[in-house]
Amino acid sequence: MNLLVLPVLVPMVAAASSLLLWKSVSAQRLVALLGALGLALVNGMIFARTQTGEILVLGFGNWPAPFGIAFVADRLAGIMLLATGVIAVAVQIYSFSGIDSDRESFGFYPLTLILLMGVSGAFLTGDIFNLYVWFEVLLIASFVLMSLGGERLQLQGAVKYVTLNLVSSALFLTALGLLNGSLGTLNMAHLSERVAEAGDPGFTTALAVLFLVAFSIKSALFPLYGWLPASYHTPPAAVSALFAGLLTKVGVYALIRTFTLIFTQDPGFTHQLVLLPLAAMTILAGGMGFWVQHDMRRAFAFAIVASVGVALVGLAMTGIPGSEAARTLALAGALAYVFQTMLVKTQLFLMAGIVRRAMGSCDLRTIGGLAATAPWLAAMAMIGLLAFAGVPPLSGFAPKVAVLRASLDLQQGWVAACILAGSVLALAGVARIWSEAFWKKPLHRPDESEQDQPANALARIVPVTGLALCIVALGLGAGTVFDAAEAAARQLLDPSAYIRAVLGGGP
Amino acid sequence: MVGQAVGRWRIYSVILASVARAMLPLLLVFSLFLLWRGHNEPGGGFTGGLVAAAGFALYAMAFQPRSVRRVIRVDLRTLMGAGLLCAAAAGVIGMAQNKPFMTGVWISWQGPEGIAVEIGTPFLFDVGVYLVVFSVTLSIILSKAEER
Repeated sequence: MNLLVLPVLVPMVAAASSLLLWKSVSAQRLVALLGALGLALVNGMIFARTQTGEILVLGFGNWPAPFGIAFVADRLAGIMLLATGVIAVAVQIYSFSGIDSDRESFGFYPLTLILLMGVSGAFLTGDIFNLYVWFEVLLIASFVLMSLGGERLQLQGAVKYVTLNLVSSALFLTALGLLNGSLGTLNMAHLSERVAEAGDPGFTTALAVLFLVAFSIKSALFPLYGWLPASYHTPPAAVSALFAGLLTKVGVYALIRTFTLIFTQDPGFTHQLVLLPLAAMTILAGGMGFWVQHDMRRAFAFAIVASVGVALVGLAMTGIPGSEAARTLALAGALAYVFQTMLVKTQLFLMAGIVRRAMGSCDLRTIGGLAATAPWLAAMAMIGLLAFAGVPPLSGFAPKVAVLRASLDLQQGWVAACILAGSVLALAGVARIWSEAFWKKPLHRPDESEQDQPANALARIVPVTGLALCIVALGLGAGTVFDAAEAAARQLLDPSAYIRAVLGGGP
Repeated sequence: MVGQAVGRWRIYSVILASVARAMLPLLLVFSLFLLWRGHNEPGGGFTGGLVAAAGFALYAMAFQPRSVRRVIRVDLRTLMGAGLLCAAAAGVIGMAQNKPFMTGVWISWQGPEGIAVEIGTPFLFDVGVYLVVFSVTLSIILSKAEER
């Protein structure tokens, strides 16, 4: 089962090699590309293995769980890893011409590789303290990436980003200490058993809420999402695309994992009363922000918030008493939605980077005319934007309908109303971005110096096109995607197989 | 306070410079001792790396930050990379024997007169940690000191 360590090992070795090759930027580029391709390959292999329903387990150092740290890959981890691999390749290719030479020579490539290592580790680990460690690995790398370059605006964004994420880490660590103190274990499968037999559900529920707050800062849940639109538009497009695709989704993953595996002792409170209204509000808050922002990248940052809301509504509805089928449908919709939104958000941020290069700005009030000057880019942008709005047959449609349908089946009409309102806001925002940036005549003509060098443009348009093709394919193959998501949801809602795979016959 | 040039570097305090020059080798030896001892007793790569970095930080205060980079000779980023590779190698060696990642592998050597040496991948991992902690800490300290 040593396959499971490769998603961490490949980026780690690539990061170390690019540190050794510090002097040569072109060698670093090559190593980074090879690292990303290798990561995509091993992640794809793990995804393929998990699709059989098998749960892969690797106990580090040959220590049996729950004593040692274990890496576990179930269907959920496989799905998240697959998306991570695709995003890694797309962003690395883009960064060859999308990142200025200053940032390249100050460690952009080693840092992105370390970020990818942290993300892979977080998706794979079966130990909740180890999850914290991987969070820190990816956060430290993201702190540096966020402030690399040291522009004034960037540092403003980085201060907000760092502060709130440190608060979240502190809460997470506190909750971990209390959890270990009360239940005496940190292995997630073991925790799941102990919570089920714990004598003090009130205390466990309090802990669950502490974890919920910590993870909801990371995943940008209402009302703690403010750091995201305040910071994601400040770094270069390659960095913000990587963040947009991966970072909040690690928070969403942590919520899905802990609130299906461990904290299921009082779903009426934690899922239905706390998480569901917050997630529904997140959809509205993200949608409204998306609709009114003037800067395209800030609008996309709110789009991330809105889609996190849709995914977490799906998770929260698993706690509502009702038919098993409806709860599975809700979670399956959430998983399929998370997978496609990772690709869509990366594509949108990369696209915004190209727009900024071409027009010298992302301000919707001054830019325009891109449909005439860059028709291919406009077509790709249309795909990403419509997929976010959830227009059929693109990838955002089917999962959103699944979550909507589940909310009606579970008699949560107000949730359905929030999802629909969010879609209307998204569509209005998309229409506005389209008419402002692509149709109207620009008010501001970019200077010659600001304009794009066409020689480099290919490395930027290829990943955007590739991701757009993935989005179309996910939309057209919605049935297959949904079957995979549904199988993953079933596996999550019945954690007994996960526990058996990790702990063997018994603890 | 205006420093005076002694040899190649400008120093600000003769006392501090003398102490730093004497302390640096001592601290380095102590850091290696901590690294070695750390396998079974308190110590290890992390504390060892910190002590070594502290030795050079003292040197940077007494002389100039630039002098430290000259004394170390190797680029700190190379040390970071080498450390990461050491730590990764420590995990991979176990994999080569078809055991899970990070499984300890030991080689022992029976010397004359009952001397026995056992060395294993956990030590290699500690060396990697030592290098990474040392180089990261020192490059943070030096880049702060050089900034003005």
